[in-house]
Amino acid sequence: MGTTTFIEGSIAVAKTIGVCRPQVISAYPITPQTHIVEHLSELVAEGELKTEYVNVESEHSAASVVLGASATGARAYTATTSQGFLLMIEVLFNIAGMRLPIIMTCVNRAVSAPINIWNDQQDSLTARDSGWIQLYAEDNQEASDMHLQAFKIAENKDIMLPVMVCMDGFVLTHSFEPIELISQEDADKFLPPYKPQYYLNPKNPLSFGTMVGPDGYMETRYFLEKTMRDSQQVISDVAAEFHNQFGRFHGGLIDTYKVEDATHVFVAMGSVIGTLKDIVDEQRAKGQKIGVLKIRSYRPFPKDEIYKALNHVREIIVLEKAISLGYGGILANEIKSVFYGKPKTPKINGYIIGLGGRDITIDTIHHVIKDAVNTSFEEKFIGLNEALIK
Amino acid sequence: MNKNTHFKRYLKLDVLPTPWCPGCGNGIVLKTICQSFDELDLPKNGTVVVSGIGCAGRSAGFFDLDSVHTAHGRALPVAEGIKYANDALTVVVVSGDGDLLGIGGNHLLHAIRRKTDITVICYANEIYAMTGGQVSPITPHNTKTLTTPDGNPDYPTDIQSLFGYHNCFFARTTAYHLGHMKKCITEALKFKGFSFVEVRTMCIVNYGRRLGYKNSNEMLLNFKDVYKMNDNAEELAPDEIGIIRVNTDGHR
Ligand SMILES: Cc1ncc(C[n+]2csc(CCOP(=O)(O)OP(=O)(O)O)c2C)c(N)n1
Ligand SMILES: [Mg+2]
Repeated sequence: MGTTTFIEGSIAVAKTIGVCRPQVISAYPITPQTHIVEHLSELVAEGELKTEYVNVESEHSAASVVLGASATGARAYTATTSQGFLLMIEVLFNIAGMRLPIIMTCVNRAVSAPINIWNDQQDSLTARDSGWIQLYAEDNQEASDMHLQAFKIAENKDIMLPVMVCMDGFVLTHSFEPIELISQEDADKFLPPYKPQYYLNPKNPLSFGTMVGPDGYMETRYFLEKTMRDSQQVISDVAAEFHNQFGRFHGGLIDTYKVEDATHVFVAMGSVIGTLKDIVDEQRAKGQKIGVLKIRSYRPFPKDEIYKALNHVREIIVLEKAISLGYGGILANEIKSVFYGKPKTPKINGYIIGLGGRDITIDTIHHVIKDAVNTSFEEKFIGLNEALIK
Repeated sequence: MNKNTHFKRYLKLDVLPTPWCPGCGNGIVLKTICQSFDELDLPKNGTVVVSGIGCAGRSAGFFDLDSVHTAHGRALPVAEGIKYANDALTVVVVSGDGDLLGIGGNHLLHAIRRKTDITVICYANEIYAMTGGQVSPITPHNTKTLTTPDGNPDYPTDIQSLFGYHNCFFARTTAYHLGHMKKCITEALKFKGFSFVEVRTMCIVNYGRRLGYKNSNEMLLNFKDVYKMNDNAEELAPDEIGIIRVNTDGHR
């Protein structure tokens, strides 16, 4: 059995990665990811974790090291955030294209310029088209558990796609919560050793990433897309299996809170879900039928599940910590696409909140609710400092 | 302002004090850079400072000059872009060892090769200070840091060796040797071509204290004990500071 410990989010994640027995870890430090990789290097130094830990000169190198490691059939892990994540993007596409089941933690942080080390989700959302499965954690228990699930999803022989676990910087990584840590024995039971089907092996030489021309490239994308869709079932199954073994369920592709009879539903990803649940309880006490839908799997994007959960709802309020400049809220627009061609479309309002670490308080959400009831629009920033935009 | 404080005209005094920790060596280097600017009377409207990311990288924002705070590691190509666009400008890169030699190391090789006429001041504190104290490309072998808790398994980059036969300016100095540091920086600024000054400086909070130094003064005095002056040498030994002899006629 696991033990419950009052522990920092980053340390819990590092310990979970430890029991997943990665054979190669490579990373470059960047706030607020540092505590994860520092703790992993400690586990290695103390002999608790038998793995090659490689300190490299940049994130581009870290991603490349895990690519190489994974191509030999090793289980490999990296972690980064923000600028480091952006620097990795070239390699992230390579990793997905080579179908390497690497796991990484993307600690969510704003991107430059201006430089800002605080939380939003612009970094990972910028790589939504890279072919990586993207999962978003609500709290540290989920972040920790999600990593074990991630390896199992990625290494499924019908999937073979990399998975990134996204967790809000500082809000999760640096906060302390009681966490049930996963024991080595339980982890081993859940996650068997990785048995690669295709890997660099001198006895059976293979080439990874070689030139494919107009005659075959499109099919590689076709299969990536097909597998992304197939992975929905696997993500749900792995969450259920985890539930069975550990008794904890954080949702499959999505999770819902008091949505069944709701007229109004918030949709969001990551740690803000906790705040929204408090608001839901508060509003329900006043007689408002309100609920929350959490997107756990952002890629693949679970359109059907979302539709099933929300088709009875009158009004949807999407909250997001990122923006597609020149287009608007990314998630809000994807939620709208869920209802395309359906008989009935709810009112969907999108709100951009919490960019660059701007606090999201209960008041912020009250402001959103007041606004949403009275208006209908494309999207809106909430929580701007009026003095700065005059 | 009198003669001794005249260098302050190159600083944004209203943004001081800097966010650097008590005991940090960066302030000493920053001041010396300004003193060199002052000695050469560099025009404020003709001098640009470019930094990457890091504690050292914060420097760009403290100069009362045009400045760019680039992405981590990219100070050099940005500075080269500025210089190639406007040759009349004096372009100075002020950044850290991790920034210039780690993530930006590739750019250094090629700036040396192109001999772009810019000056680089590297705050060489042997650590990634800003992120809390992780191993850097010049952390000595076996040294403990947050990402090498068992001691650094790797060996440090010998910065001067990157300059090889290229006809660039290279100097090593320390935060202790104030007069020497100023001479190195001034000569580097005067040099036509690519110039690089490795300034050994101290980080007590995220490095020295974990190695057993009681305070930053101890680290500073250690520079005095370790380093011997050897200007105009062909090559510096690891415990030497000095300006490497530059041949103006072709390769060295
Ligand atoms: C692409 C990218 N990766 C990582 C970081 C995080 N980071 C900020 S400063 C720094 C290290 C700076 O070290 P150094 O250049 O030696 O400067 P010092 O803080 O020691 O002065 C790192 C790794 C970043 N900002 N961008
Ligand atoms: Mg440094």
